[in-house]
Amino acid sequence: MSNLARILLLAAVVAVLIVGTGYVQGWNSALLILNMGLVSAIMALGVNLQWGFAGLFNVGVMGFVALGGLASVLVTMDPVPEAWAAGGAGVLAALALGAATIAAAIWLHRRLSGAARVWALLALLVVGFIAYRAVFYPARDAVEAINPAATGYLGGLGLPVLLAWPVGGLLAAGAAWIIGKTALGLRSDYLAIATLGIAEIIIAVLKNEDWLSRGVKNVSGLPRPLPYEIDLQQDPAFLERAAGWGVDPVTASTIYVKLGYGVLFAVVLVLLLVLAQLALNSPWGRMMRAIRDNETAAEAMGKDVTRRHLQIFILGSAVCGIAGAMMTTLDGQLTPASYQPLRFTFLVWVMVIVGGSGNNFGAVLGGMLIWWLWVQVEPIGLALMSGIAALMPEGSALAGHLLDSAAHMRLLTMGVILLLVLRFSPRGLVPER
Amino acid sequence: MDALNALVALTNFVIIPATAYGAQLALGALGVTLIYGILRFSNFAHGDTMAAGTTATILFTWALQAAGVSLGPLPTALLALPLGIAVAGLLLLGTDRVVYRFYRARKAAPVILVIVSMGVMFIYNGLVRFVIGVDDQNFADGTRFLISARDFRDMTGLEEGLALKSTQVITIVTAVVVVALLFWFLNRTRTGKSMRAFSDNEDLALLSGINPEKVVTVTWLIVAALATVAGTLYGLDKSFKPFTYFQLLLPIFASAIVGGLGSPLGAIAGGFLIAFAEVTVTYPLKKILGYLMPESLEPDGLVQLLSTDYKFAVSFVILIVVLLFRPTGLFRGQSV
Repeated sequence: MSNLARILLLAAVVAVLIVGTGYVQGWNSALLILNMGLVSAIMALGVNLQWGFAGLFNVGVMGFVALGGLASVLVTMDPVPEAWAAGGAGVLAALALGAATIAAAIWLHRRLSGAARVWALLALLVVGFIAYRAVFYPARDAVEAINPAATGYLGGLGLPVLLAWPVGGLLAAGAAWIIGKTALGLRSDYLAIATLGIAEIIIAVLKNEDWLSRGVKNVSGLPRPLPYEIDLQQDPAFLERAAGWGVDPVTASTIYVKLGYGVLFAVVLVLLLVLAQLALNSPWGRMMRAIRDNETAAEAMGKDVTRRHLQIFILGSAVCGIAGAMMTTLDGQLTPASYQPLRFTFLVWVMVIVGGSGNNFGAVLGGMLIWWLWVQVEPIGLALMSGIAALMPEGSALAGHLLDSAAHMRLLTMGVILLLVLRFSPRGLVPER
Repeated sequence: MDALNALVALTNFVIIPATAYGAQLALGALGVTLIYGILRFSNFAHGDTMAAGTTATILFTWALQAAGVSLGPLPTALLALPLGIAVAGLLLLGTDRVVYRFYRARKAAPVILVIVSMGVMFIYNGLVRFVIGVDDQNFADGTRFLISARDFRDMTGLEEGLALKSTQVITIVTAVVVVALLFWFLNRTRTGKSMRAFSDNEDLALLSGINPEKVVTVTWLIVAALATVAGTLYGLDKSFKPFTYFQLLLPIFASAIVGGLGSPLGAIAGGFLIAFAEVTVTYPLKKILGYLMPESLEPDGLVQLLSTDYKFAVSFVILIVVLLFRPTGLFRGQSV
């Protein structure tokens, strides 16, 4: 089967699954799956850039997605003037002090050598750390003391929602630059562990730095690019149109909003997909694949492997950041505790491997397919378990346990699918070429 | 007196907990390092292997407790441990036959095996949640304290108390025994020597007639034992929660890499280094400094360098620093 036929077939399967969900479980659920599926497809596209194009093993996807989420808070929420007045300047000064310390440390590291370097660095870092804390702590406490139940943070910039998505990408790209600068020279599995750690640290920051993201108190009520359902239901023009479609206003408004998100996300996805396709087929894309397939040979041909790796690591992470910002916009809230590595890092990897690493269409369709499965495995598992439990004697403890555990079928299924694909179709459903 | 108080506080809050945690990390890191040395890949499923072995141990512990069997002052889990190890061994050998052997036969690239281990991680994680759920499970019984803080205060007349939990002592003793057995096995027995030979140079080992399948089987069994012991000790000392075990992956890998992947001695050193760094940096040192410094200089804050939620950052920073300045780890591990 040619690749084009595979892509069309897989796209048809995904379409049938989503439309089928619409008929069986209602269009609301179908559109919910579609929207998150589109976001997942963008994440998969980002990981595919890194792994499929360049062979970089990034298991810190969760961190970049969360940074995107942070961006949508920082861009769209209104600023809290009292908090800025109380400690804004102090927080900014402390952050600048921290950055200056690190810059000075790097400069010292380059200029000095031997024992002098070690002692100078140690002294600088200790002094910098103490100074940073002296400036930062009072400012932070002042910010967090302002109306902690409602705000207790600095707020955002109050800019339009759609601006948050590219900013999410920029934030993730910035983090990727720092990580890449330190960790990209390492071997592949060291890079994996390093990115795994970075992602955990980013989540810890979001959970603990209340002045920045309200921590586990969450930020809710993020502005959205589309009208609220409630407002639509009171808009006479919309009610008239809903009547014209022959749907009741509540259903019409929810579907209208979800469709709106779907269109927005699809536009972003298509844009990124076109860019990724152009990149893949450009001389740059060929160079990337050459580096992936044989680093030594590419280096001998004069390619700067480390720089190219850094470049694509930043690009891929930025794409994940964009997806993260979109997801937070869709949810309407940032809940740092909800970022789990299995869901936001390893599931995206399953999407890429199953879809076909190295093939953008494969990654995108894999993202949609695996997301559909991730959502649907739970009801299917529950139905299966009820079937088994029905065969057991009434009130048996095992039957109860099976029903309770059906929710955990997800992870098991994803593992089995990943292993089956790796074993019998290691290049994924849509191979690279 | 103040110096003694400071010493007791330091021992109570930093040295004892860090030693126990370090022993648990070291056992975990030994498993990672053995898999890396013999099978040549980073096993992402290791945290969940620990969780699976511990789950089996917990189930047997409950069965024993229900049957009225107990070890008196010692936790019943120690009696269930061999059964848990057996279950973990069967699980790992089964996984090897069904999953890993295929890729070994094809000499797949290490990074493919890492991705495969991600799939295994999902499956183990699902299995553990399926069997025992996601909640905290408490299975410790027996005496709780060898020395309680109050007894110590009464005994010595110091202001500071020193509590020694029995699980901490059991952790350290068990870890010493297990590590001694492991090193005896690796250095003195024929199978152990063939394992080391296989790890040093696979081709030469094959030429001299070492059976690779036997080496691999023995490795998985040892890993099962190490992972189950590490997981059970951690669960006894703190508590068992599947997600915590998944998160242990990071400090465990950091320990193994810092020590030098493939080097058992390095894994132990790395485990203690990471544990001591984590506990020292996240513990509020005010109490200890308060005894040592004159009153005028006493610190105002808690002198907690980082909040406990940032403990991952500690293992991570150590990892990055070691990798940047000594890429093969402190004990010169392998590098593929």
